[in-house]
Amino acid sequence: MERLKTVGVERFVILAILLAGAIFLLVGCLTSTQFATFTVQGVATGMAYGALALALVLIYQATHVINFAQGELAMFTTFVAWQLIQWGLPYWGAFFVTLAIAFLLGMGLQVAVIRPVQHRSVIATVIVTVGLFILIDGVVDWVWGGEFKSLPQPFGNGSWNVGGVEIQHLYVGMTGVVLASLAFVWALFRFTKLGLAMRAAALRPAAASLAGVRVDAMLAIGWGLAALLGAVAGLMAEPTTGIFLLPTFMQQVLVYAFAAAALGGLESPIGAIVGGVAIGVLQALMIGYTPQISSQLQLPFAFALILAILVVKPNGLFGRRQVARV
Amino acid sequence: MKRSIPALVSVVAVAGVLVLLPFIISDYNTFLVGEVGIYFIAVLGLNILTGYTGQISIGHGAFMAIGGYTLAILSRDHQMNLVYGTLIAFALCFAAGLAFGLLALRLSGAYLALATFALAISVTQLPLQYSTYLGGSLGVQASSKTDHLFGWSLFGVHIPRWSLPGPAVLTNKWIFGVAWSFAAVLLVLAWLILRGRVGRAFRAVRDSEIAAVASGVERGLYKTLAFGISAAYCGAAGAIFVMANNGFAQPDEFNVALSLTLLIGAAVAGLGSLWGVLVGAAFVGLLPNISTSIPHLGGHQDVIYGAAVIVVMLVAPSGFAGLLARLRLLRRA
Amino acid sequence: MSALLELEDVEARYGPIHVLHKISLAVEEGAIVAVLGPNGAGKTTTLRAISGTVRRSGRIVFAGKALGRTGPAGTARRGIAHVPEGRGTFAELTVWENLRLGAYTRRGSIQADVNRVMTYFPALAERRRQQAGTLSGGEQQMLALARAFIQRPKLMLLDEPSLGLAPLLVAEIFRIVRELNEKEGLTVLLVEQNAHIALQAAQTGYVLETGKIVLSGTSDELRANDAIRASYLGY
Repeated sequence: MERLKTVGVERFVILAILLAGAIFLLVGCLTSTQFATFTVQGVATGMAYGALALALVLIYQATHVINFAQGELAMFTTFVAWQLIQWGLPYWGAFFVTLAIAFLLGMGLQVAVIRPVQHRSVIATVIVTVGLFILIDGVVDWVWGGEFKSLPQPFGNGSWNVGGVEIQHLYVGMTGVVLASLAFVWALFRFTKLGLAMRAAALRPAAASLAGVRVDAMLAIGWGLAALLGAVAGLMAEPTTGIFLLPTFMQQVLVYAFAAAALGGLESPIGAIVGGVAIGVLQALMIGYTPQISSQLQLPFAFALILAILVVKPNGLFGRRQVARV
Repeated sequence: MKRSIPALVSVVAVAGVLVLLPFIISDYNTFLVGEVGIYFIAVLGLNILTGYTGQISIGHGAFMAIGGYTLAILSRDHQMNLVYGTLIAFALCFAAGLAFGLLALRLSGAYLALATFALAISVTQLPLQYSTYLGGSLGVQASSKTDHLFGWSLFGVHIPRWSLPGPAVLTNKWIFGVAWSFAAVLLVLAWLILRGRVGRAFRAVRDSEIAAVASGVERGLYKTLAFGISAAYCGAAGAIFVMANNGFAQPDEFNVALSLTLLIGAAVAGLGSLWGVLVGAAFVGLLPNISTSIPHLGGHQDVIYGAAVIVVMLVAPSGFAGLLARLRLLRRA
Repeated sequence: MSALLELEDVEARYGPIHVLHKISLAVEEGAIVAVLGPNGAGKTTTLRAISGTVRRSGRIVFAGKALGRTGPAGTARRGIAHVPEGRGTFAELTVWENLRLGAYTRRGSIQADVNRVMTYFPALAERRRQQAGTLSGGEQQMLALARAFIQRPKLMLLDEPSLGLAPLLVAEIFRIVRELNEKEGLTVLLVEQNAHIALQAAQTGYVLETGKIVLSGTSDELRANDAIRASYLGY
């Protein structure tokens, strides 16, 4: 019989550290307007990282596979949004249509290329996602290659002045949209029969089958949701990556999402979000205060940090220690 | 696992074909097949890790980078020749692989993969940070004096030279020869390692970690060893890679895409077949380049390559080795 | 009258290992039928063959219709609830969520049913919000039964309900099973190593050894059989 600890000493320590971090940020924001600006920016971009990280976690929880194509899929759906806008849809109309398309696309991909291999070989499934990565890159280049494109600003260029701190509408908007998506997904899992079935299918597929749950269908829906979250991440992250919509814009985000998922634990949705925000804030503060460390060093620094954490906690900060049933 | 006569004949046949190839096919294609040789060495190494002990790495490009830069720096600063340089790269990367393996011992599955990813990203950024010694984004160039195989002068000890006739610039035939010569030697080495106790221990680690522990196999030792060996092979491949790149070791050449390419090669190869490694190396070495030469699809080779990777995995999830195993079962029935 | 469940020449394998050899048995509606036998006889495999968890050949007819190649999710929808080895509960979910999942195939409100189920399992009623993994062994077995029962199945397959439980708890579990059978008309096919208590609850029984049915009959007949008494009942 598995005895699961509800709250262990370890969790308490981690929560304490996070609380200390949050207090540090709060104090910093109150004392320095510069600090506050960086923090707001960091939280916003961190939200985007967290959304993509959550997509990775969703798929990992269900199939124990890291979906390497998650970022490129998000990039693809962002281009789809651009196309819809070209065809006359207003930004937010295109936004929601894109989410629907992303959901269907995610489901379709799972059924078409993942389902045939997911039960046979983990590495084959991983390589299929790598192949998808390459394929999507090629398709985007084929369909939308050529001159540079740009997306309209979802929240405009304005900002609010709060106690001397310039808070851009964009950052507030990003945070709001991602939070709304997260709330939607959370509610789905927590309160609906479908969400429960999906959780069951991810936890114990054999037992779920016996209760009448069609596990394969649940996995497909999981992929659809992950693609939807990825679409949100892509659309929200894009304005922060520069003037033009470039096909490479999600690659950096994917790397940070990996870092967030590793940090927070691949089995923990909350960990993914917290990890994402943590990395976003850390990144913003580093760029802001130590620009002399060349921008290329942020990434290895982030990863060195994560490597260090993984050595101490092999399943991430929020990961459960795996009890191996011998 | 004794090699039967037919297998030996096949090996000799392939070796024969390889020897003749540079004289039959075009110069550019010779270069391509030479690159396949480089991938062969790297995929052989990665396959020892992934195929035999089941640990997935998306960071072995980092070891190629370390090997490549080692060679370039030794050549630039000490005029070391290429064979010794490659051997030192091999040894250095073995140590680096052991170190990483020890560090990552507690990690498994996806977390290990992410840790290797972290390694790959970090290592390739180092030259940009320490640009004076490591050359920054332009990289390090091997000295053009080192186009000979043996012969080296260090600390006043002079070892006689052994030059191959030819220009100072490394030709495609030369690369082909060096790559496949090293590949042959390293293949024999791998075969020797895998057929013995070490190989059995590796398989035990892959098939059941728990059973392996129970049967007294020092799991940690063999996991780490697998990392070391695979890193060493990638280091050697990296060194030859730099030679093939006109002696340049540059950060862009060793990016994450390279690590993913190696992993694709190892997956196409499959678990536990050395023939599979040849197929895997040919797949990642030739396929992306072949599609560029087909006129209608010009420029869309990524679509072809990506689709090919997916199709191959759907058809043969256990790689070429899996196909071979299935064929053997059919033949028996 | 044809039985609720009929197995005809059913065979099952795990890869190359042939586990069930042409099994035939029948379960009448409203009955409790026991399958006895030693470890490794194939009792668990028999239940798995019925629920479709394992591939099988031969004919299985349930409520007049052949089961064909349906997998576990399909057979659950048809009205067969399988409580497997290991209970099939979700340790990470709460008791309430486990029950909710049990009712997955049901449409409409299940609140009335939940209340009814709780009258049979009072111990669970107080622990609705508790994580299933923190329940005791006996409570987990009860949860497994409750989860299966709330599916409102026509047939329940029980795999070794007494496993790992103290005698008092085993008696309690079997009391509940008999109650469900008498009051709710639930048909039960159970597999047990504890022949004594199984024959007390069941009306008919089959004895399985190395994948073959070697004996069958009413509980009284089996209890009177010398070989059974020697091997399985210990006297």
